[in-house]
Amino acid sequence: MGKTFSEKILGKKAGKEVVPGEIVELEPDVAMSHDNTAAISKTFYKIGVDRVYDPDKHVIILDHCTPAANAKFAQNHKDIRKFVEKQKIKNFYDVNVGICHQVMHEKGHVWPGALILGSDSHTTSYGAFGAFSAGIGRSEMAVIMAMGRIWLRVPETIKICVDGKFPEGISSKDLMLKIAGDILADGALYKAIEFCGPTINRMSVASRFVLSNMAVEVGAKAGYMIPNKETLEYMKARVRKPFEVVQSDPDANYEAIYEYDVTNLEPMIAKPHTVDNVVPVSEVKGTPIQQIFFGSCTNARAEDFEIVTNVLRGKKVHPNVRMLVFPASQEIFLEVLKRGWIVDLVEAGAVIMNPGCGPCMGNHEGVPADGEVVIATSNRNFRGRLGNKESEVYLVSPRTAAVSALTGKIEDFRYLKL
Amino acid sequence: MKIKGRVWKYGDDINTDVIFPGKYTYTVTDPEEMAKIALEDLDPEFAGNVQKGDIIISGKNFGCGSSREQAASCLVYAGVGAVIAKSFARIFFRNCINFGLPALTSAEAVDAIKNGEIIEIDTDEGKITSKAVSFDFPPLPEEVVGIFKAGGLIPYTKRKLGLL
Ligand code: SF4
Repeated sequence: MGKTFSEKILGKKAGKEVVPGEIVELEPDVAMSHDNTAAISKTFYKIGVDRVYDPDKHVIILDHCTPAANAKFAQNHKDIRKFVEKQKIKNFYDVNVGICHQVMHEKGHVWPGALILGSDSHTTSYGAFGAFSAGIGRSEMAVIMAMGRIWLRVPETIKICVDGKFPEGISSKDLMLKIAGDILADGALYKAIEFCGPTINRMSVASRFVLSNMAVEVGAKAGYMIPNKETLEYMKARVRKPFEVVQSDPDANYEAIYEYDVTNLEPMIAKPHTVDNVVPVSEVKGTPIQQIFFGSCTNARAEDFEIVTNVLRGKKVHPNVRMLVFPASQEIFLEVLKRGWIVDLVEAGAVIMNPGCGPCMGNHEGVPADGEVVIATSNRNFRGRLGNKESEVYLVSPRTAAVSALTGKIEDFRYLKL
Repeated sequence: MKIKGRVWKYGDDINTDVIFPGKYTYTVTDPEEMAKIALEDLDPEFAGNVQKGDIIISGKNFGCGSSREQAASCLVYAGVGAVIAKSFARIFFRNCINFGLPALTSAEAVDAIKNGEIIEIDTDEGKITSKAVSFDFPPLPEEVVGIFKAGGLIPYTKRKLGLL
């Protein structure tokens, strides 16, 4: 019987044939950590090792609370800089570069066929580039620092095939929310997802990323897809090593296969307080909002800025709404600056913030007040996620966020005359 | 290993943000303080009243969301002896093993056992016993039992590297 991409990548690393359910000890090609590196480094030293096993394997990116919100966060960053210097870790990106999952591929640390582990749940994101990538815990990252290896369970695989042409204005975020609403937050628990089909093959790098990024929101360990032409070209310009695309065999074994046709997909929204509490936007349209969080590793790339700017150009953000804008990285920030979109957004009344996670996990830069409603282009709306358990967070696409900014209410863009 | 304690029962999809809020992940690091905010956004009664050995029982997908291992370790520091759920989110399950916290899967036990009951778990026998009924749970995969028996991933790694 044929093998899935997971069985192939993990098997190659293990140096033997592997089957789902098997536990193997493996050496990842790349190990990513972020602001949590301070805590990881303390655990690392506790193991009793003095030098990192392979400093070149590690990529450390400061993004979760950047610039530091208070003295504790500042100390955290300081400890990390010291650790990086002592351990001679050269792949270090300080507070100016951007969100870890975006920076990883921009800077060439992701390639097809690679095994990448990160101490962050959205490490699934690099599946969009044909890598097997999964999140791990902090202690596990400390162990990789100490001995280069960690245990992994070979997952079963679920295939999600997508066909059809997106209706005007509908995006991969709407698709991913639809999938989360259907298969629920545990729909792919401990499994790898393989996204495939003509629609996936046609998507831009940024749109594909949304699906792999949010694969973890349905419980998945990895969110793989075969890199398409645009993705391979993007990689070629950034990856400085030869790589080979790994594909599942046609007769590989899938635990489940789901088929989607996006031809009639509507704008979708996840209501508080779970990502699978999904309905068409039309069902909650008219709900007043006080803040918009346009940012995060899910939806803050140039194509998202283009959509949002085209809606807001020459218009005004509703006076009852604070629209906070966080480009996913410095590179994206520069691009949108050069295109003049930042001017348009500022003129519309948006607040432009620095690249980074912003309020995504409730640390700073836009924590909502009690009773406030926020619509966010990010990936999680758990109670308290933005730092206040008395607020409500809805997850939406960039276009839905932008049109809702104009009226101060959740809007279905199909029915709004702009 | 035997664990006996009072049951704290919760629903499905309990996520890491309500177990250990994100806003604390870089600032609260002392075990005692971590214990005090365990389940803060889910059950404000929990941290002040939990006793050593108490057991959390929950529905499906317990621990979904972030990779933060404080969601597992804060429960250990609060004295929780085990978590029983219908299913566990992947990274949370790993974090439990790595911290030596038994994470047991038994849908029947979850449905049958009530909040506040005193129950007993025998991890070697694979049994959960409440009043009159007992439930079996599947053993942990052999490969990870070693980590568990060593008391967690860090002592296990130390031993492996000959540092213990
Ligand atoms: S933007 Fe949000 S989801 Fe993405 S890495 Fe940062 S905190 Fe995590």
